[in-house]
Amino acid sequence: MGLDFSVIPKYLDIVLIGALWTIAITVGAAVVSFFGGILLAVIALYAPAVVRWPFRVFSFLFMGTPLLLQLFLIYFGLVQIGIDVPAFVAGVVGLGLHFAVYNSELFQTSILAVDKGQVEAARTLGLSRMQALRKVVVPQAIRDVIPPIGNNMIALLKDSALVSVIGVSELTLSAQRAIGSTYRPFEFYVLVAVLYYIINLVMETVLRHVERRIQVSR
Amino acid sequence: MTNQKPFIDIRHAQKSFGSLNVLRDISLQVQRGQIVAIIGPSGSGKSTLLRAINDLDPLTGGEVWLEDKQINKSLPHRQYEQHINEVRQEIGMVFQHFNLFPHLKVRENVTMAPKMLKGLSDAEANALAEEQLTKVGMIERIDYYPSQLSGGQKQRVAIARALAMKPKVMLFDEATSALDPELVEEVNLVMKKLAEEHMTMIIVTHEMGFAESVCDRVLFMDQGVVVEEGPPEVIFRNPKNERTRNFLRKHLAGQKG
Repeated sequence: MGLDFSVIPKYLDIVLIGALWTIAITVGAAVVSFFGGILLAVIALYAPAVVRWPFRVFSFLFMGTPLLLQLFLIYFGLVQIGIDVPAFVAGVVGLGLHFAVYNSELFQTSILAVDKGQVEAARTLGLSRMQALRKVVVPQAIRDVIPPIGNNMIALLKDSALVSVIGVSELTLSAQRAIGSTYRPFEFYVLVAVLYYIINLVMETVLRHVERRIQVSR
Repeated sequence: MTNQKPFIDIRHAQKSFGSLNVLRDISLQVQRGQIVAIIGPSGSGKSTLLRAINDLDPLTGGEVWLEDKQINKSLPHRQYEQHINEVRQEIGMVFQHFNLFPHLKVRENVTMAPKMLKGLSDAEANALAEEQLTKVGMIERIDYYPSQLSGGQKQRVAIARALAMKPKVMLFDEATSALDPELVEEVNLVMKKLAEEHMTMIIVTHEMGFAESVCDRVLFMDQGVVVEEGPPEVIFRNPKNERTRNFLRKHLAGQKG
């Protein structure tokens, strides 16, 4: 049986809607992972031990277990204890927290790398420790961490395909549905690969733009 | 200078790191409007003494007073934080390495603290920033980032940032030491201007010429003690102590070489 790409147009709308869901999940999870990562980093560095330890256990669980398992647990497991999350939300939260833990490591390193003189200058003006952290240290740490965080975001986009297993009709799952009706796996998987690649390119372009913008503020 | 109660009063300051004594029983009184220079070799404790005034490097013994307020009070953590944040608003500090906030433009470097701590509106804070930046001759660069400025310009902005809090005292910690020689003068001029406005200043410096021309009093410190102090013409022209003479001789030789 030869290849026949002429089946694609008929199913293109399904696949493109899938692409939109992939973008929505990626953006949602990216936001969760970004702010979650900052929060986790600040807790890891500055919170008292009673607060720090539960979060450390949480981080260890999210780093040390498969993302697939985490998604199953959030979507299928939490229902049993009465927390019924829609698949999309489960996907965003699962992916977001998973990457928040990785981002937190990056934020911690960059927070510690901010020159001590910065805090001193802020404190001598009369800012409190928290104010100095919020206005002076964290913004600089974020600025310095944009390139590696960008890499995590691209990994996040690719891992968003895993959310298909809990039934969110994102790009990968919609391709599978199209394949189910046409028995044309090669054609649709190639199409989906191209679409992932395009989204990826757009993300990289945006990131490079952001990196150039912040260059002057070093 | 009248013989009133001292504006800044350092009483028996001591500071040790383990067995190392950085400050050994130093007392210093500064009157309102007075300008005091602290000179001495590196490791003499002069920066530590300066940084003790706003409790950036807390003393291990002794007291620091600003007018009728003790700065290094021992208080429960939360109360201490509140107390020291209030005190520090009254004490401006300028650092050797400027410590401007690189992620903020010049304007925001100056407006941040007044807006956060004194509740100034955007318009009020902007007017204040423009006033202070005009004073240090940096108004044209108000919308630049620190990375776009020379060292001398950065330091002038740092001075404007400190002045925007309307401090009662300014502390200068080797403000010109990190500058290329040709950029020192522009910062010195700003400091002279403050002197003419009778700002109370304590200046840790290696610029003997500047100290001589601007300061009312000079302290020579070595190994954690004040070896000699007096008016600049005495300390620089006719020092009584052997260590002071040695230091000044070496320093001048170094400057020529």
